Amino acid sequence: MTTSRRNFLRLSAGSAAMAAGLAACGTSGPKTTGGSSGGEATGTGATYWYLTGQPQQGLREAQVKRFNDANSGTQLKTTTFQNDAFKQKIKTAIGAGQGPTLIWGWGGGGLKSYVDAGQVEDLTSWFGENAALKDSIFPSAFGAATVGGKIYAMPVETTTPIVLFYNKTAFEKISAEPPQSWGDIMDLVPKFNDKGIAPFSLGGQSRWTNMMWLEFLFDRIGGSEVFQNIFDGQANGWSDPSALKALEEMQKLIKANGFIKGFSSITADSNADQALLYTGKAAMMVHGAWTYGGMKGAGGKFVTDGHLGYMNFPPVDGGKGDPSDTVGNPGQYLSISSKASDADKAVAKKFLSTATLDDASVDAWVKSGSIPVVKSSGDKLASVADKNDAEWLKFVYKTSSEAKVFAQSWDQALSPTAAETLLDNIAKLFQLSISPQQFADNMNKVIGK
Amino acid sequence: VTAAAPIVVRARRTSSHAGRSGSVAWMALPALAIFTVFGVVPLVGVLLLSFVQWDGLGALHPTGFSNWSSVLSDPQLPHSLLVTFEIMILSWAVQTPMSLLLGVFLAGRQRYRALLAVLYFVPLLLSSAAIAITYKALLDPNFGLGAGLHLDFLAQDWLGKTNLAIGVVIFVVSWQFIPFHSLIYQGGVRQIPTTMYEAASIDGAGRIRQFFSITLPQLKYTIITSSTLMVVGSLTFFDLIFVLTAGGPGDATRVLALDMYKRGFQANLMGPASVIAVLLVLIGLALALLLRRLGGSTTASQQEGA
Repeated sequence: MTTSRRNFLRLSAGSAAMAAGLAACGTSGPKTTGGSSGGEATGTGATYWYLTGQPQQGLREAQVKRFNDANSGTQLKTTTFQNDAFKQKIKTAIGAGQGPTLIWGWGGGGLKSYVDAGQVEDLTSWFGENAALKDSIFPSAFGAATVGGKIYAMPVETTTPIVLFYNKTAFEKISAEPPQSWGDIMDLVPKFNDKGIAPFSLGGQSRWTNMMWLEFLFDRIGGSEVFQNIFDGQANGWSDPSALKALEEMQKLIKANGFIKGFSSITADSNADQALLYTGKAAMMVHGAWTYGGMKGAGGKFVTDGHLGYMNFPPVDGGKGDPSDTVGNPGQYLSISSKASDADKAVAKKFLSTATLDDASVDAWVKSGSIPVVKSSGDKLASVADKNDAEWLKFVYKTSSEAKVFAQSWDQALSPTAAETLLDNIAKLFQLSISPQQFADNMNKVIGK
Repeated sequence: VTAAAPIVVRARRTSSHAGRSGSVAWMALPALAIFTVFGVVPLVGVLLLSFVQWDGLGALHPTGFSNWSSVLSDPQLPHSLLVTFEIMILSWAVQTPMSLLLGVFLAGRQRYRALLAVLYFVPLLLSSAAIAITYKALLDPNFGLGAGLHLDFLAQDWLGKTNLAIGVVIFVVSWQFIPFHSLIYQGGVRQIPTTMYEAASIDGAGRIRQFFSITLPQLKYTIITSSTLMVVGSLTFFDLIFVLTAGGPGDATRVLALDMYKRGFQANLMGPASVIAVLLVLIGLALALLLRRLGGSTTASQQEGA
């Protein structure tokens, strides 16, 4: 349910994907409210760009409306974009000095590139003045907002770990229990294949879907330091023995037909990977917490009748990683453009402190099936009426808050240059067209870039 | 992305009319002005960008020829070139005979053919992105056409296997553009004087003989025009492939235009992306010139020559 860059549309597959495709090609214009000058950063009032896609879009609209109603003198103008279109548009606009006052993003490497270019405001002292606000947010969410010891963005919206979803009916069919270890997973693969059920669903064409698997295998086999070393720029970090072992295990699962036939043709933006799970064509799926809402909305009685199971990714036998570790998006982030006028910056800061994580927003996020990035969200869970939702929210809250390490998705943590090379090589690794050693060699070349 | 095509068209026009149109040269000014602003100026910008390091956000850092040497020594470049030419040649080889035959067929004056011509025209009305999304949905191995009709041979891993993915791209490109080229051929065939066919039938030539001895030679320039559009146009295939396969599986369908986009806008390497953009322009110009050469330099019309 929570927002992330992966949170592509969850309307019907066809029309949603069509809109995404059109927007990505720049043929469908963005929608602007409050006047025609929504794209200008200076002089015309504070502006805010954010993503389309329900239920998050409705929540963001409501936040802006509440803010504008409460502050009649300082109106915030909004422009909405499709997910993929947004990523390129915001970068180009900021580079051209035409970016919005409030810059929505995923933190990490993307934020660092804005910081390096001097495009975003240092919020460290502002958080010093607003200590209560800072203390109300999960501390783990600040990691991806911090560059060189300074905070450049405020964590807003929700925390979304990646989890292992499974279809309980599929497990009943082969009379098996959900896997408790990587060994169990490998044992389950032939059993499901014999029954004509694909062990795992995967939207392999989207590439970052494959990446989530490697994120867990690296962590479970070698511990969180393996990727941390790569992130810190240690030479040859990708050829760490644990990393190579993880890549080998990955290819073992692919060779054993662990994923649905034709997974390279399937994309996550059409939600076909979720459909495979809830239609029972696949038994399990490793995916972001944000897919819960999609499966609940589109899967008929799959979620409401309690057929959806979920768990943290199981440990690998003999691995060094802490089984409580998780990966995903610790939060979404709002930064303030350093090019905006002082008046606009003040409006933006007021929006951050009063309208993004206020009680109404927190309630709305919980109601939509997500855990907002504030500590108080745990207390709100008791008030959730729906039994399935309550159980799910407790699980997400527990996974996020009890994780020893909540690592950010690799493609968000790394610089855009390294992330593109990574996704490219992951696609080839899953095609079995390169070996683990070749993968490591290719990736070692972009460490620190 | 589309910088290559207009240049080619302009270059051809100005060179073929330069000799005899001195007094009306001013008529070219509006087009020239637009072309300078939207064609030449960005092109010069791209050329300059190919010598700097820029991530699209921060300051420009001149780097001399390092972008060029890094791109030219990157094994991705020959691969992308190969894929580009593979798709160019195969899509030309599929489209040309089919559009030629369809064009000849549609040139007939029968009413049912006029109706068919309208139907054939439909794919041209759709945007590439919409076509790509539709085919992607139809070809989905689990929820697509194969699964819906319970036809196993249609439930292939269409976009996940290298050869199949290239085949799908060529099929969709052909499906989209054959109507356009048929239209060009239809116009070309209707220009051929009917007296030539009458004379041929008096001489006892059958339909097939007429096709090879009259229609085909008379369509020489139409074939060259259509081929130029196909070949140069295929350099700029981007939207369709981007939406359909995103260059995958792996990099099996990563054509030059896609490689340029990925480097520039996804990996934030504007310098190397500009190098590829310049290469695209050069290849497009070279191909257009080559095709013009093949057609001969005479400007006499087909009828006069015949």
